[in-house]
Amino acid sequence: MENAKNFNNIPKEKFQFAQKSDISHDKKLETKPVGYFQDAFRRFCKNKGAVVGGIVILFLLLFAIIGPFCTPYSVAYYDTTFSTIEPKNKLFENTNFWDGCREKQTGFTTYFEDYAIGLETGNPVIKNGEYTVSDDGVYTYRYDTYYGTGFGRYRTVTMEEYKDIQRYQDETGRQVIYPTVKLSDRPQAIQDKARANLYYKTKTVNGKTQPVVGEDGNPILNYWTYSAADGLPSSAAEYTSKMRIEGENGILKNGEQTFYVYGRVVSGGVELRTNYYEYYCYQHTQVLKDGIEEPYFLFGTTSFGKDIFTCLSSGARFSFLFAIAVAVVNLFVGAIYGSIAGYYGGKIDLIMERITDILGAVPTMIIITLLKLHMGSSSQALVLFIAFFMTGWIGMSATTRMQFYRFKNQEYVLAARTLGAKDRRLMFKHIFPNAIGTLVTSCALVIPSMIYSETNLSYLSIINLEAGNITSVGTMIAAGQRDMMIAPYVALFPSFFLALLMLSFNLFGNGLRDAFNPSLRGSEG
Amino acid sequence: MYMFKYVMKRLGLMLLTFCVIMVMCFTLIKLLPIVVNVGADSDPLVVYKQLEARGYIQNVVQGANGTWSYDRVPIFIQLGYYLKRIFLMGDFGIATTYGEYLNQPVWDVFVEKLPPTILINLYSTLIGVPIGLGLGILAALKKNKWQDQVINVFIILLISVPAIVMGLIIQYFLCFKWGWFPLTMNSGYDYFTWDMFRSMLPPVLALCLGSIAGYARYTRAELSEVLTNEFMLLARTKGLTRGQATWRHAMRNSMVVIFPSILSEFISVLSGSLIIESMFSVPGVGRLYLNSIIFQDYDFFMLLSGFYTLVGLVAGIVVDISYGFIDPRIRMGAK
Repeated sequence: MENAKNFNNIPKEKFQFAQKSDISHDKKLETKPVGYFQDAFRRFCKNKGAVVGGIVILFLLLFAIIGPFCTPYSVAYYDTTFSTIEPKNKLFENTNFWDGCREKQTGFTTYFEDYAIGLETGNPVIKNGEYTVSDDGVYTYRYDTYYGTGFGRYRTVTMEEYKDIQRYQDETGRQVIYPTVKLSDRPQAIQDKARANLYYKTKTVNGKTQPVVGEDGNPILNYWTYSAADGLPSSAAEYTSKMRIEGENGILKNGEQTFYVYGRVVSGGVELRTNYYEYYCYQHTQVLKDGIEEPYFLFGTTSFGKDIFTCLSSGARFSFLFAIAVAVVNLFVGAIYGSIAGYYGGKIDLIMERITDILGAVPTMIIITLLKLHMGSSSQALVLFIAFFMTGWIGMSATTRMQFYRFKNQEYVLAARTLGAKDRRLMFKHIFPNAIGTLVTSCALVIPSMIYSETNLSYLSIINLEAGNITSVGTMIAAGQRDMMIAPYVALFPSFFLALLMLSFNLFGNGLRDAFNPSLRGSEG
Repeated sequence: MYMFKYVMKRLGLMLLTFCVIMVMCFTLIKLLPIVVNVGADSDPLVVYKQLEARGYIQNVVQGANGTWSYDRVPIFIQLGYYLKRIFLMGDFGIATTYGEYLNQPVWDVFVEKLPPTILINLYSTLIGVPIGLGLGILAALKKNKWQDQVINVFIILLISVPAIVMGLIIQYFLCFKWGWFPLTMNSGYDYFTWDMFRSMLPPVLALCLGSIAGYARYTRAELSEVLTNEFMLLARTKGLTRGQATWRHAMRNSMVVIFPSILSEFISVLSGSLIIESMFSVPGVGRLYLNSIIFQDYDFFMLLSGFYTLVGLVAGIVVDISYGFIDPRIRMGAK
């Protein structure tokens, strides 16, 4: 006690500092500390394939997000006349690739029809007028699928529309209505009676309509005419538009000026020969006003006349949204379930494992079928969502459970427990973060597999997502397979999209997995 | 003895899982309204009496205005009937709504449809395994040389391109554009004629390309790991040539992992690929299953669901067990 008191009274001056240089400091780290995620990111960037995959995924995502806004068409849009239109890009117009044309091999009659359409409308159906003829009379040329729609069949419109088209013609200078052919002058063969493409003189050989070729190799006009003196025939509709076929007023027949008839009055309106390309423009700019100015399909159209670009980008958007939504829900549920099973272990784990075992053993196909049959009336996307959810979270929970088993008995957890951390804090603050890397990876790998299964299911038409403004890549591939013979590009674009998506997600996912695996650190040169 | 116990335990668990799934399926499918398919040329009375005889419904009464009313038999009693018929008579039921096979025993139809599915998958395995293993071995031996790079690119391409796209490419180019094969598989029952084989090749190709890549990747990874082991160095120092060492020591060790995966793939191919089957119109089990869904035919649905579930379960268990058999060092299920 005495001593202790004495110590208290030691004067301050008796103390002296140890030599300052002796005070040892921890060496300040010169380099910045590298965190787990930073390290993962750095190693991910070294993997070129993974980075390229990531960039492609970003690109596809952009396509899915922005694509539907870039086109005037909607998923619900279709036009059966403009069906199986080849993809066209205006930049490639002068090449033989991506120009909206396809190679066509045909006989003389069809060739002449295509040629005549081009001659009358000024829009060449035969690209550059170039064609080759083989010895046995097969004509080969590049057929413009846009202009090739020609006149189709005679179209009956109301008198108001007839007048409106004429107004449109005068305003824009684009000719929609062409001179009509007199009913008695039309081809004899029944199947060709209503075909408006045949404006020239024809003859019928063996029940088939063949053109009569003029001396100069051009078609001989077969228009319905009337002379100024006779006046408009009673069954002809009056045509006041300034747009007329060239040279019309100059035709002299027996020294008398003649005019063409542009419309034939029938019950319910006027029967016209309309150039479908121009009529389409008129319809969409004047009547429907849906922002479509002219037919222009970047990826072509299906045999049903749907725009592939719009459908694909919308389908892609749906797929991405859907897959991400399912992945997030799965991640959430799987992580919680796996944490509980892994942390508590023992009996709880055993029971929970049995449940996932049984659920995991049911083939996805059977789950979807049963759900679909039971929820027939509700949205198919919901059915798919529930089905994917029911099987999807199991993988996530297994991953989390594994990590919990690995880390729950480590000293730092024990330390935290000694300091009084509750179960919940231990689980989510101390153990769960170890699982994040693997979970992120499995998320990245689950998204493409989800898109893949969704595509397969809609391809097999077990799930039909084609409703309203939604479509699916799988449905498009199924449609493309049906049209494979006539229009291979219908399947090309969705297939290419799917393959590219899978490829880049695979590369990306593998890169991510390696990056999050610290044991591989330094092993990749 | 230890192994036997483990196998028994796994089998028991598998059986339990299977039973639970099947009872769930049965209950869920029977909860749906009954589809009564009265064809134009069939007597409603006969159809209803048939359903009554199968134990689906009871108290069939024809009302005054020609409508039929009936009560449904409780589901668990139906399940009892169903199990009784299966175990006592080997009767899996008859098709009640599937138009094409109306009133035919579903088991007979199923057995009749099995050969095309099995054959296609068998051929695909027979082609896929040697090529896949070969490529994998080559890549592992030439690791990080150009051969390895080429094979790696090939593997990642084939694994990534989905079966649906692969099938389309094959169908378009090989079948349509170049006309080497017919577009779809021939129907008929002469499975071993040249014509039939030729028409089977496109689906076989579409199936095996993916599995080739899978085997190659697996083999490469395993083998290249084994090759770095020290016993390989020992094998070389005791005088074996490189080929001998690779074949006798490295291959045998890597097979421990590769063989079970081949086995499991072989079993799971029994269930076939719905996509490939529907794309090439293979008259197999896949189409049967798809149609049984469309027609809501209970007995078909139950039989095929059971089949698919069982194939999946067996494939899983075989992999686990085979590890123990191939490599005695591995004690499955040991603590």
